[in-house]
Amino acid sequence: MNFLNQVLQGAMLGGFYALVACGLSFLFGVMRIINLAHGSLAILGAFLLLGMLNATNWPNTMGDYGYLAPFVCLAIVLPVMAAIGWALQFLVLDRSLRAGPLIPVLSTFGVAVILDNGMFETYGANSNSLGPFIGDLSFGSWNLTDTIYIGQLDALIFGTAVVVLGGLQLMLTYTKLGRTIRATADAPDVVGLIGVNQKLVFSAAAAIAVMLTGLAGVFDGMRTSFAPYDGGTLLIFAFETVVIGGIGSLWGTLVGGVVLGVAQNIGAEINPAGFQIAGHLTFLVILIFRTFGFKIPLPRLPFRKAAA
Amino acid sequence: MNAYKVERWTRQSVFFSAAVGALLLVLAVGPLVFPPGITDRLTTLFIYIILAAMWNALAGYGGLVSIGQQLFIGLGGYALIRISNAGVPMFPALILAIVIIALVALPIGELMLRLRGGEFAIGMWVLAELAHFSINLDPLIQGETGTSLLALNAFTPGARRADIYWMGLALMILLLGTLFVLLRGKIGASIQAIRDDEIAAASVGVKVQNGKRVMFVLAAGGCAAAGVLNLATTISYQPHAFFGIQWTAYMLFMALVGGLGTFEGPIIGAILFFSMETFFGATGVLYLIGLGVVALGFALFIPRGIWGEVEARFGVRLLPVGYFLKMVEGEKVK
Amino acid sequence: MTFFSVNGLECRHGLLAAVRGVSLAMNEGEILALVGANGAGKTTLMRGIAGAHKPHAGNIVFDGKDVTGLPAHKRVALGIALVPEGRRLFTGMTVEENLRVAGAHGRKGKWNLEAVLEAFPQLKPKLKAKAGDLSGGQQQATAIGRALMTNPRLLLLDEVSLGLSPLAVDQVYESLHGLMSGGTTIILVEQDLSRALAVAHRIACMLEGAIVLEGAAASLSRDAITDAYFGLHRAGAKA
Repeated sequence: MNFLNQVLQGAMLGGFYALVACGLSFLFGVMRIINLAHGSLAILGAFLLLGMLNATNWPNTMGDYGYLAPFVCLAIVLPVMAAIGWALQFLVLDRSLRAGPLIPVLSTFGVAVILDNGMFETYGANSNSLGPFIGDLSFGSWNLTDTIYIGQLDALIFGTAVVVLGGLQLMLTYTKLGRTIRATADAPDVVGLIGVNQKLVFSAAAAIAVMLTGLAGVFDGMRTSFAPYDGGTLLIFAFETVVIGGIGSLWGTLVGGVVLGVAQNIGAEINPAGFQIAGHLTFLVILIFRTFGFKIPLPRLPFRKAAA
Repeated sequence: MNAYKVERWTRQSVFFSAAVGALLLVLAVGPLVFPPGITDRLTTLFIYIILAAMWNALAGYGGLVSIGQQLFIGLGGYALIRISNAGVPMFPALILAIVIIALVALPIGELMLRLRGGEFAIGMWVLAELAHFSINLDPLIQGETGTSLLALNAFTPGARRADIYWMGLALMILLLGTLFVLLRGKIGASIQAIRDDEIAAASVGVKVQNGKRVMFVLAAGGCAAAGVLNLATTISYQPHAFFGIQWTAYMLFMALVGGLGTFEGPIIGAILFFSMETFFGATGVLYLIGLGVVALGFALFIPRGIWGEVEARFGVRLLPVGYFLKMVEGEKVK
Repeated sequence: MTFFSVNGLECRHGLLAAVRGVSLAMNEGEILALVGANGAGKTTLMRGIAGAHKPHAGNIVFDGKDVTGLPAHKRVALGIALVPEGRRLFTGMTVEENLRVAGAHGRKGKWNLEAVLEAFPQLKPKLKAKAGDLSGGQQQATAIGRALMTNPRLLLLDEVSLGLSPLAVDQVYESLHGLMSGGTTIILVEQDLSRALAVAHRIACMLEGAIVLEGAAASLSRDAITDAYFGLHRAGAKA
């Protein structure tokens, strides 16, 4: 039964991975850039929220509702992250995109190095957590049986992932902005001919992507501890999630996250180091299957087909 | 109409190649005359030059940005630990470790070269992480505690320092020489085509994939050599130090700032990086932020790097890697 | 009153000058057919006018406003629309989405989804189909419809008959007929000389990036155009 519980916990962890992968996947879908600063941006989001909690002192002044303070602050941190995404597109990505296929990889890695070390310089090496600020939510759970339980925070994160993915899907299908983003992703050099400012669309996409990344980072901070150099691990997990789920597929992202989370938790059952190894191995096996022609059918977003 | 002549060796490059030869001779007798501290630092410089050149072989010539070349640095070190532990004498073990990792890179390349752009970049990093955590399971390594290259205790410090220096110098010359020969050969032409326009090159029948394969294996072997040398100089093998992402930051910085896709650029980048580390390394995190800022600046504003700009502006080519089209005055085409 | 003019326009692909010093002037409601061999610079000129190709020299004046420095999307807002060579639809989106997304960003005016479907009734049953899955003729109709959704005052049609069956070409031109008699200013690139002569008021023939012959369609003989087409008469009769 314990094993079953581990699988369930892995699946719940998958919701978190899906959320982490969202921004990476979305930006790649629209701009064909793999943002190597993705994980670092998530950690930045967590630090910004922590900084705001400390600065406002709301967790203490809000009395009984103090545990809601992080969520109130989120309403401010998310727009800030969106602005950072906008600036990232404006200052780095736009120029990189025009300079050929290698440059975005180099420049976003440069951004990651600056962010990681900048956060280290600002916040120090200590591990931080947002867990203490959300009261019972961080450890509360519903017990299904004696050994099987669902954590409340895990459920909240999983639910958020579903809402975010569903919301993105609806936005892309039914809104003017969504259709414009899809048209731009489909043929970035053509949209100008129908009156679309391509740069503006890319900026909006980067803003959305980084905002979602910040949200994922905040949840990371609530789930566990975080430190300035943790971005790399988040980037890897996000990337694995996207690849396992199928590049360009939003719902695939959820499947990818669950597969990764379950694999990691099963690995951890076998050996303490198995968490990482099992996750990476699962990713590799699926990558090999994909690469050598075995297709796993998943519903795809109407994005341009992934580069062959 | 004037006639054109295709040239490889310009007067400049003949002169410069002679100068390089002389410099290498001076370096070869180095340990006999240099103070020990200088010898050690120069060994480190050789490692940096190898790393920069190998990363450039992959990114600048193969069009493949990897953020996981620490995979081969770490594997190289690990292979040396294992082989040495099996009783193979030090220097054969060193060579054997490099060769084995280059062979290991063959199947890895077959898989990874099917990925593109950022997918390849992160895919390599995943492999590095996987190797890192797997090696931690080896009882000989004892997890992150690591182990030491005990066989080196058989040498006196002086002999060890000089031998490793010569080993580093020899490996640097060998690897740069291999790259040089490859670039001048058949592979070189297809690699130049990849660099200019990969899709166009493929469409006119250039075997793009072969060029990439060769560069991948060379870069893997080269990074393994750097890992082996690094282990020989530091003696202790701690997995997180060998598989750390900071190697990628260093390689990217050296190759990008020096000039991607130029032979000379990464060497300049390595010397620059080495100097910066010597002078500013003590500032720790600020130094790393500086590296990031400079790398980002070069990526966005000077993507050709220092040497790329020099070549483009002044038409200099110190080493005859490419061809020059020279107008022959007065001669007429028949 | 000149509605639209191009003055000494030069467009380059790297070092290669694809359009060299082209000048054109058009009145509102005029239809100009651009003819010339492959590589004569027709498509580059069209892209230059639409703002998809940055000109090296010269200027473009549209309705009294110098638009040379404006990016494509701003020219669309003023009323210049290009149906690009090769159609370039958003292939992963449905026909309806292709049309609506253009309508959402272009000028407002009489062209809307209903009007486009009336002009191209063959698209009605295909509204929910992916643009990439359509036949060539349907794709071309979608591409023209997409441009019309932006309510252009100057419509640039680049090789609308390329790769289509003769029947599909007839159908496309039939649909264009209403448009052409409706007062929209049009520049069209057309390989079929008979068709160009039939629909256009004026013909301009390009050779090696320059206009070598220009005149009213009725005043030019086929032979004169063919000669200009192949560069047999370097000194064209300027109208």
